[in-house]
Amino acid sequence: MSIEIRNVRKTFGDFVALDDVSVSVPTGRLTALLGPSGGGKSTLLRVVAGLEQPDAGTVEIEGRDATNLPARRRNVGFVFQHYAAFKHLSVARNVAFGLEIRRTPKAETAERVDELLRLVHLESFAHRLPSQLSGGQRQRMALARALAIRPSVLLLDEPFGALDAKVRKELRDWLRRLHDEIPVTTVFVTHDQEEALEVADEIVVVNEGRIEQVGTPDDLYDRPANDFVMGFLGPVTRLGGVLVRPHDVAVEVLAGDAGDTDQPADGAAPGSVRGVVSRTTRVGFEVRAEVTTADEVVSVVVTRAEARTLGLEAGVAVRLTPAEGAPTAAAPREEAVGVG
Amino acid sequence: MADTSTVARTADGSRGVRYGLRALVVVYLVLLVGWPVSLVVRGAFADGLETLRTALSDPSVVFALQLTASVAVQVVVLNTLFGVGISLLLVRYDFPGKSLLNALLDLPLSVSPIVVGLSLVLVYGKDGWFGGTLESAGMQVIFAPPGIVLATAFVCLPLVIREVVPVLTEIGTDEELAATSLGATWFQTFRRITLPAIRWAVVYGVVLTLARALGEFGAVKVVSGNFEGRTQTSTLLVEQRYQDFEQGTAFAVAFLLASVSVACIVAVTFLRSDSPSSPKATS
Amino acid sequence: MTSTVAERPGRAARERRPAPAAPGRRRRTPNGPYRLTAASGLGLGVSLLWFSALALIPLVAVLVETSAGGWPAFVAAVTQPQTAAALTLTVTQALAVTAVNVVMGTVIAWVLVRDRFPGKRLVEVLIDIPFALPTIVAGLVLLALYGPSGPLGVDVANTRAAVFLAFLFVTLPFVVRSVQPVLAELDRDVEEAAASLGASRFTTFRRVVLPALAPAITAGAALSFARAISEYGALVLLSGNLPMRTEVGSVRILSYLENGQPAQAAAVASVLLLVSLLVIATIQLVQRRVARRG
Repeated sequence: MSIEIRNVRKTFGDFVALDDVSVSVPTGRLTALLGPSGGGKSTLLRVVAGLEQPDAGTVEIEGRDATNLPARRRNVGFVFQHYAAFKHLSVARNVAFGLEIRRTPKAETAERVDELLRLVHLESFAHRLPSQLSGGQRQRMALARALAIRPSVLLLDEPFGALDAKVRKELRDWLRRLHDEIPVTTVFVTHDQEEALEVADEIVVVNEGRIEQVGTPDDLYDRPANDFVMGFLGPVTRLGGVLVRPHDVAVEVLAGDAGDTDQPADGAAPGSVRGVVSRTTRVGFEVRAEVTTADEVVSVVVTRAEARTLGLEAGVAVRLTPAEGAPTAAAPREEAVGVG
Repeated sequence: MADTSTVARTADGSRGVRYGLRALVVVYLVLLVGWPVSLVVRGAFADGLETLRTALSDPSVVFALQLTASVAVQVVVLNTLFGVGISLLLVRYDFPGKSLLNALLDLPLSVSPIVVGLSLVLVYGKDGWFGGTLESAGMQVIFAPPGIVLATAFVCLPLVIREVVPVLTEIGTDEELAATSLGATWFQTFRRITLPAIRWAVVYGVVLTLARALGEFGAVKVVSGNFEGRTQTSTLLVEQRYQDFEQGTAFAVAFLLASVSVACIVAVTFLRSDSPSSPKATS
Repeated sequence: MTSTVAERPGRAARERRPAPAAPGRRRRTPNGPYRLTAASGLGLGVSLLWFSALALIPLVAVLVETSAGGWPAFVAAVTQPQTAAALTLTVTQALAVTAVNVVMGTVIAWVLVRDRFPGKRLVEVLIDIPFALPTIVAGLVLLALYGPSGPLGVDVANTRAAVFLAFLFVTLPFVVRSVQPVLAELDRDVEEAAASLGASRFTTFRRVVLPALAPAITAGAALSFARAISEYGALVLLSGNLPMRTEVGSVRILSYLENGQPAQAAAVASVLLLVSLLVIATIQLVQRRVARRG
């Protein structure tokens, strides 16, 4: 295990950012710390980097106890959300910074800088200033700079958060491919579940200073440990006391009038509910329907073809059942946010 | 600075108001500042460069100018070191009493220079709190150049701090943290990252301190004793010569001091509003 | 105060707030703050030592010297006829000048921000000159136009008007530089909304712009007042320092000192000092109020 975090606790005044957190990060893999803003994931990352001191607990990096080591001795590469580029230094000097600090001989520094700039495709920008680069280029430079010191661990704090959507997607893919090429243990923080699902080998879900679940993207999506994880990783809707994904709801059109929605029909599967479609919206190849039942409004997603076959439109009476084998989670007592 | 669209937008009816205000401002400033200053400039060169040359041939004048310059340099060095240090502490660190210290650092700007001089005499004068001990150790502060340096340093104290603190606040710690994560020690980070970032703020602070130090009068009058050829600075010399009816010399030296001070201020104002990377004077 | 170079009240009032301490809810600000380490603690100690030796201890000495004589001695010194006259003159003239500055300063700031005309840069420089000039030179400058040999035929030398004039000159930039940045950043939308609702330009100014400028004007006025009562150099040549007529507080302090009466000097100085502290407190209060308003 590259990083071992044990019982770490961190508070800022009255605010508990991390509450007895323990997690292991596997060597050589790309791990995501995923969670909502303010949940503690950035704090956890910074604790690992040594940029924050925990109030309690230990941090081990590559088997060495790093808890009391200052950041500059931990040999971790850190990439910031807003690049933290050294504005007065050229791209090449930025990348060379860590090496110059360690008094690496000039020839060796130059060679390594060249190698890294080629890796991140910024060779032709070596003598430009960061202000002359786009956001995406600056972040690539920041990555090259962090990799220059051959870190044992690479930490990225919402690295694509400051970039616009298209660049974010490009860099996401690029990061994945980079990691495949240079398998340094990498941990990155994000609040974007799509990003985590797409890029990471393993995801750690952090919420309110606690770890909710650790697992592969499939684990988390298909076998969520609780309602929070389920709701955070994808759309959920509440169907008769459980949370289920809108596209995992089986829809059966009922003949005749709706009848008494309270009465379970005969032969109905357990957990099925009757209701009336109140609204349908077509979004691309999906049809999203809102079904009003006795207790709630359920969001259901079906394909266009299915919608046509079923004749799904407003006013139709339906019976909804969670699909067989679909992941569910116990709905919390308060109204879960039904994300359609 | 002025919104061009604003000017275009105003209705015709208010144009009268606009011209009226403009005229009022111009007249006020000309009467209060512009005209008087131009008269002094003209007075200093009434006899061409002759007045200046006569003044500079007087050894007391030369001494006064040298003393002023020497004091100014010492004050700049002291206050820059202190200013940068305390700015870092105020912005990057937390400690009990920080806001009190912040408020107290503004004090020298609102205190009368005579009070400044008095306070230093009370402490470092012959009969003062520390003065007796210092003088028996051979260090004379009041009525000697060190006192002048102290008094001037006192009044200039906040100038560097007020330039550096906003810049330090604005740039944030990201770059410094990045440097730390790459292995830099505190000193390496300071030298390679922080200092270049506050470079211009320090320059402005230094220039403003210099201008202020050259022009200090009241505090210096109290602590120096005004001994000609020993502790008489340029500003004190101007007063004395004017009162001795040697107006030519007074005007010449006054002009020298004024032109340096005004040049400093004007330079800072224009550099600041032109340079995109430094904080704007008017924002 | 002599040569008040760059007391830029606008920047002080707005930008020198200490970094906001994390109120517990929000995480670390982008500025730290870090806890003191051994090295920075030492740096703080050394800095505090220098600051104390240079400024704090001397100022405390003034207060101590005053209180050494007890309350009766203080009252006696301050109510001594010549001193009382000086202090009264100082305060009344300073108030008058501050009132003028509030109006003219706002007008000048308005013209600088909202108007455009050739030579505006020259106006900016003119405003900076009272900042830059050594005060003794300021006295000379004013004498040139308003003294015995002035071309206007006006001679205020050795009159009360000289005090007013000198104060006016040295305090010129304070309200202007305090108001200017705030005015420049003012959102025009609000004024346009008022206009669309039928407000005349003057009404808009009175009800929309002025309230927004009020804190800046207050801060500038406070600094202007403090500066005026502290002034010495510009008055020396201009007012003649005639006892009971044109003598101001700072001149009284100097006289007491030169006559070997440090306790009385300290008494008058304490009065001025306390006013300075009040000014700073006012500005801090205003800043905090503005910060809360967001």
